[in-house]
Amino acid sequence: MSAGPLGDYQPGTSVFHRLPVGAKLLGLLVISVVAVAFRGVATTAGLLVLAVLCCAIARVRLGRALRALRGVLVAMTLLAAYQTWQRGAEHAFVVVGALIALLLLATVFTTTTSVERMVDAITRWLGPWRRFGVNPELVALAFSLMIRGIPLTLAIAGETRDAARARGLERNPRAYLTPLVIRVVAHARATGDALHARGLGD
Amino acid sequence: MTRRTPTTDVALIAGFAALIAVCAILPDIKTGIGVPYSLQTFGVLLTGAALGPVRGFLSVLLYLVAGLVLPIYSGGASGISHYSGVTAGYLVAFPIAAALCGYLVYRNRHGATQFTFVFTCGLLSSFLVVHTLGPLNLAWRADLSLKEAFSFDAAYFPGDIAKNVVMALVATAVHRAFPDLAARKRPARVEETSAA
Repeated sequence: MSAGPLGDYQPGTSVFHRLPVGAKLLGLLVISVVAVAFRGVATTAGLLVLAVLCCAIARVRLGRALRALRGVLVAMTLLAAYQTWQRGAEHAFVVVGALIALLLLATVFTTTTSVERMVDAITRWLGPWRRFGVNPELVALAFSLMIRGIPLTLAIAGETRDAARARGLERNPRAYLTPLVIRVVAHARATGDALHARGLGD
Repeated sequence: MTRRTPTTDVALIAGFAALIAVCAILPDIKTGIGVPYSLQTFGVLLTGAALGPVRGFLSVLLYLVAGLVLPIYSGGASGISHYSGVTAGYLVAFPIAAALCGYLVYRNRHGATQFTFVFTCGLLSSFLVVHTLGPLNLAWRADLSLKEAFSFDAAYFPGDIAKNVVMALVATAVHRAFPDLAARKRPARVEETSAA
């Protein structure tokens, strides 16, 4: 199992913690475009140095950086091996190195951005869309409902799985997924009714 | 009795986004041939089949945007690195696949409770959208030829068919339990009074 559902955020006071959410996202986008446009050994080496530097400045713990890489490390190793075999070690370094650098930079983003700031930023960004019928408050509501819904859904998944196991059906995904999804729908409708009764969303 | 209200729609969109997240972070189903299958695409297509094109699309979109900061992508990963990474094509394909699956299922509301119909809709959506955009991006970002990328992608076919079977079984059960989930947006009478 992975990290808790409330994210990688790690409070701190580094430059990256104080930068606006939008600036960080834009920076990542620019770096990612640069990585593709100027593909080469020098670019990849530069990106890797930059990524490690940013991790150090943001005080991303080593364990956290490794955990971010763990999930994709197998895929990266396979890709590196394939590229080395097909096109040589240099090419493998250029392609895989750049991907690892971008992954580390994204980890800097997630460890320095709290869920609250992300939700605030989304509400702010959606402001201009109000005239096209977008309701930023409803969107922010969807976000908070979803974030609170993850631990709840995990708990229901555990319960329905136990129930299926008790009936000897643990190898049958349908036996625990069907009650799980039906409970998710029932809960969502109860939540919707409760919110509606409070006059929200009209 | 529950009618369709904006808050119920938002709660359903949020609930299924959370469900996709849970499907993605649940431990992988181990298979004999070395490719682990997460339930992520099951969650994506189920969301489309259960909620229809618009709510399904928005729900998957919500999941993807939330994944920018939360570790809710497949295998507990997070972050926009995925959008510059080799799997970005699959992520971009997800909301489109959910919308297509939802459109196909909701076009024939009586079919929503029929296994074969929903299974066909799901399979069509995953092959037309997920298994084209995914390998196209893979070829681009991992610097593989199209042929190499599509043959990597083909390793996921058997799992995808199995996931669509389970998806159709669950989706039809949900539509039988909540027949008004696929009902028209609002009863005609309510529309008339609100228009007056």
